[in-house]
Amino acid sequence: MTLSTLATRHTQALLGALGRLARAPLATVLTLLVIGLALALPAALGLLVRNAESATGGFGRAVDMSVYLKSGVSLARADELAVNARAVPGVAAVKVISAAEGLQQFRQYSGFGAALDALPSNPLPNVLRIVPRPRSSGITALEGLRRTFARWPEVGMVQLDAQWVLRFDAILALARRLVSIAAVLFGAGVLAVIGNTIRLEILNRRDEIEVTKLVGGSNAFVRRPFLYTGMLYGFGGALLAWAVLEGAVLGLQAPVAHLASLYGSGFALTGLAGRELAALFCGSMALGWLGAWLSAHRHLRDIEPRA
Amino acid sequence: MIQFERVSKRYPNGREALTNVSFFVDRGELVFITGRSGAGKSTLLKLIAMLERPTRGTVTVNGRSTGVLKVRHIPAFRRHIGVVFQDHKLLADRPVFDNVALPLVVAGAPLKEIDKRVRAALDQVGLLGKERLAPMELSVGEQQRVGIARAIVGKPPLIVADEPTGNLDPDLALEVMRLFKRFSEVGVTVLVATHDLHLAREFGSRELTLASGQLTGGAADPLPSLVASR
Ligand SMILES: Nc1ncnc2c1ncn2[C@@H]1O[C@H](COP(=O)(O)OP(=O)(O)OP(=O)(O)O)[C@@H](O)[C@H]1O
Ligand SMILES: [Mg+2]
Repeated sequence: MTLSTLATRHTQALLGALGRLARAPLATVLTLLVIGLALALPAALGLLVRNAESATGGFGRAVDMSVYLKSGVSLARADELAVNARAVPGVAAVKVISAAEGLQQFRQYSGFGAALDALPSNPLPNVLRIVPRPRSSGITALEGLRRTFARWPEVGMVQLDAQWVLRFDAILALARRLVSIAAVLFGAGVLAVIGNTIRLEILNRRDEIEVTKLVGGSNAFVRRPFLYTGMLYGFGGALLAWAVLEGAVLGLQAPVAHLASLYGSGFALTGLAGRELAALFCGSMALGWLGAWLSAHRHLRDIEPRA
Repeated sequence: MIQFERVSKRYPNGREALTNVSFFVDRGELVFITGRSGAGKSTLLKLIAMLERPTRGTVTVNGRSTGVLKVRHIPAFRRHIGVVFQDHKLLADRPVFDNVALPLVVAGAPLKEIDKRVRAALDQVGLLGKERLAPMELSVGEQQRVGIARAIVGKPPLIVADEPTGNLDPDLALEVMRLFKRFSEVGVTVLVATHDLHLAREFGSRELTLASGQLTGGAADPLPSLVASR
């Protein structure tokens, strides 16, 4: 058999599979929905973890340090201190948040506006917001930085919630594990759904398979359209899962951006991209192919011509 | 081409359909298999086409013993045999063209050739122009001829036909038999199971007669009919 007839055969099998799926649109859509949602769930979890990781910038952002200056320290002095702070090794950036700005932010987000107006003067100190270099965001390096600033005479207090960083790290590790488990479980579900769908299809087309075998169709020949059907289910399911996730990301983007801005972050929620997308489609199509293969292997053997 | 050596076939239900059958059919022979209903004609053909395996004895087709043929070699084996089934075995949801084309598609023939050969085969059974009809839209006799077209389309070296003329009027039946005869004249071996003794005898071909699973005539025939018919 030449290469071109082989290509023709595969094209025929693919088109045949597509045609059959299109001829039963309702059943096809329902199956795709099940597969798509089963894929979307672990993918969404993965997306969540990945976004959480990048939101915290591997902790470079999450562990911003707030250096509260003593209440007597003027804004001009605070600016000088900021210059000094930038020179400290391990510091990536320093931002001065004046007492007035602090009050403004507090008023905006706390809802205590009226109460604040009643105060005779601004009770808040000037603050240096320190962003550590990513290299120095390990827990010991951060602790070192904290002690450095705490020794400065103008500094009243340095706030660094290291415990929180560790906990968050642990939560992310747990979430990553959850993603893996969900991926395996739902992947097995997709495999079962596709395998069962193919099984029904094989039973439906029993006569056709039997006759094809009677005229000399090999198992590979008979199996081929089913493998394509499985792969198409995988592809369609992945497409649907992708659409679902894109929709979810689109719906969440604005509130997430708002939340991030409250933390002084420019973080934006992102959907599946590049390698993740390729993994979703390849994984799903591979599952479809495998499910179909297992099912075909199991059930085509039973259909031997009796004639 | 075909050799049966002391072949018996017992179905799983215990029914012995063939008992100790031995015969030889040479390349290019046209042989009729006759016998009453239930005599074992279909069983004999099924053993040749590898739709059943012998319980005892050996069936050799084209130099290959079917008893020991590996399952994965069966498809290729079947592609060298054109089978006309007693119950047609057509795909009800496919047009005539697709039904006849199936053996060629399965064998991986190029599309152009499929088109040409399917038309030629349909022409030979007088069904040209009905390519797009579904089997259900045909008369039973026409369906039978679709089955014949499918058996001959791949130009197999061996044709096995089970009651190919059962539903045809005498003229059409004669025409189909003539078609088989022409095939045998170009070297194709043809086995036809039939009730129609008159038709079989009209061709003066060799006749294997079965009675209750046993061969009662034609086995020892040293091919005189073949010589005579040429
Ligand atoms: N699949 C089967 N399982 C069990 N018994 C069978 C099977 N097929 C045929 N038989 C039995 O084997 C015997 C021979 O059957 P076969 O079909 O070969 O007869 P036949 O000569 O082709 O008859 P007909 O002219 O009616 O087609 C019959 O008695 C039948 O009951
Ligand atoms: Mg019969």
